[in-house]
Amino acid sequence: MEYGIFTVGDVTTDPTTGRTPSEHQRIKDTVALALKAEEVGLDVFATGEHHNPPFAAPANPPVLLAHIAAKTERIKLSTSTTLITTNDPVRIAEDYAYLQHLADGRMDLMLGRGNTGPVYPWFGKDIREGIGLAIENYALLHKLWREENIDWQGKYRTPLQAFTSTPRPLDGTPPFVWHGSIRSPEIAEQAAYYGDGFFSNHIFWPAEHTARMVALYRARFEHYGHGKAEDAIVGLGGQVYLARNSQDAVREFRPYFDVAPVYGHGPSLEDFMEQTPLTVGSPQQVIERTLSFKEYAGNYQRQLFLVDHAGMPLDKVLAQLDLLGEVVAELRKHEDQPAVVEPVETPDTEGSLR
Amino acid sequence: MRKIVVVSAGLSDPSSTSLLATRLGDATVAALGEEAEVTHVELRPLAHALTDHLLTGFASTELARAQEAVAQADAVIAVTPVFSASYSGLFKTFFDVLETGSLDGTTVLVGATAGTARHSLVLEHALRPLFSYLHAVVVPTGVFAASEDFGGTDLERRIERAAGELATLVAARPETARLDQFDRDLAAMGDFEDLLRG
Repeated sequence: MEYGIFTVGDVTTDPTTGRTPSEHQRIKDTVALALKAEEVGLDVFATGEHHNPPFAAPANPPVLLAHIAAKTERIKLSTSTTLITTNDPVRIAEDYAYLQHLADGRMDLMLGRGNTGPVYPWFGKDIREGIGLAIENYALLHKLWREENIDWQGKYRTPLQAFTSTPRPLDGTPPFVWHGSIRSPEIAEQAAYYGDGFFSNHIFWPAEHTARMVALYRARFEHYGHGKAEDAIVGLGGQVYLARNSQDAVREFRPYFDVAPVYGHGPSLEDFMEQTPLTVGSPQQVIERTLSFKEYAGNYQRQLFLVDHAGMPLDKVLAQLDLLGEVVAELRKHEDQPAVVEPVETPDTEGSLR
Repeated sequence: MRKIVVVSAGLSDPSSTSLLATRLGDATVAALGEEAEVTHVELRPLAHALTDHLLTGFASTELARAQEAVAQADAVIAVTPVFSASYSGLFKTFFDVLETGSLDGTTVLVGATAGTARHSLVLEHALRPLFSYLHAVVVPTGVFAASEDFGGTDLERRIERAAGELATLVAARPETARLDQFDRDLAAMGDFEDLLRG
């Protein structure tokens, strides 16, 4: 089991002080966040990929991840997510293989389709082809990391003839790939087809969405012969704000919650905690909530937390990581406990999935 | 057993909109002549949940229950007060956040209330196009009730006529369970090898 953090790199005004970090500050803070994550014993740091304000996340995550790799020893570097729809798969193959060499293998990546429609035309793509692009581009990426002298032809880019992407993956081992999605069954199916990991964003959504997607992925993982459903490779998101006692956590986080991008001005903090995996409270509350994810997702392999969005200043985020380090140390003691999970049912699709 | 869902966007208590909706529901059950289960969905208690759905993209437990009832209904009776010459924003929001396909082929009876009969065409220029867009089968007779109509006897006749048409349409259709969006997406996905071939 791996524990880590994922960041979307939003540049948001701190509602408690009215201060907005510059892009430069946010970028440097992101590096500090990753170094701190290693220091407190986390296993993974993942960054989003963004191309528009209010985000200062890298357009090409290997730029940031290679820099962090040079400053760290142990933590694994990943993405949340790499856009498989709008990036040329040849560039993904080459940039991430290069990162893999620089990081001595301490990396993997998560593929996604992005959070904003306009990103498609910025890169000459058509959003109506989102699923088609995700499927064709990954099929090519998968091949580029495994074969040389490729002859390839597809719908969305120019054909390749006798092409070999460089550098080749480190020790001939392609980087591990997660496929991230909230509710597109095609993406769970894609992850299962290749025997890759499936990451459910999980945050900002009710658990039942996650449960259905994970159940579908597990059943299809077994169907495609990669192993038993319970051994499929699942990752989950989570969102926490920690303080020594729960009253302080709620009091400190509420001003950020109330006006946060994505969900602000909507449900109360209490309702949102009940309806989504958000946990604002003491380390013990976060431990208990996190352990409860297994009840509907089964045993899983990676837990990433969002800790740094909505204008939270660096000092508060670093203090969060100190507490999260304690939480994770405690969670590791529970890893041997088997998950209590309902048997995975193959969804009834009237024979449309053969 | 037929499932009839009555959606009312009335705001006051008592509400003439809810009153009309209830009468349409009762008349439909009477006209149907077979066992029916009637679920009332009042939108006022869901007002916060509807706004939250616009902001977060998902439904609270109570709203999800109402949405599921509508999606599984054999017939929906939808009644709104007239606000600024159209359906109310609350009424529209409920149908804005319904999952795509929830009303495909569902028989819908439309109704509206207003302080004056001069709004009576709201059924034809606002409600009927909305439900046509949502791929519902809209009953030919809609029922509009101005304040003055509640004092007369003609409203009862129009309610019975509309309910009779709704019952006839419902009785003519087989009972079917509708898949939710996730299962519809799944059923529509097909074989991954086919997706790979593009």
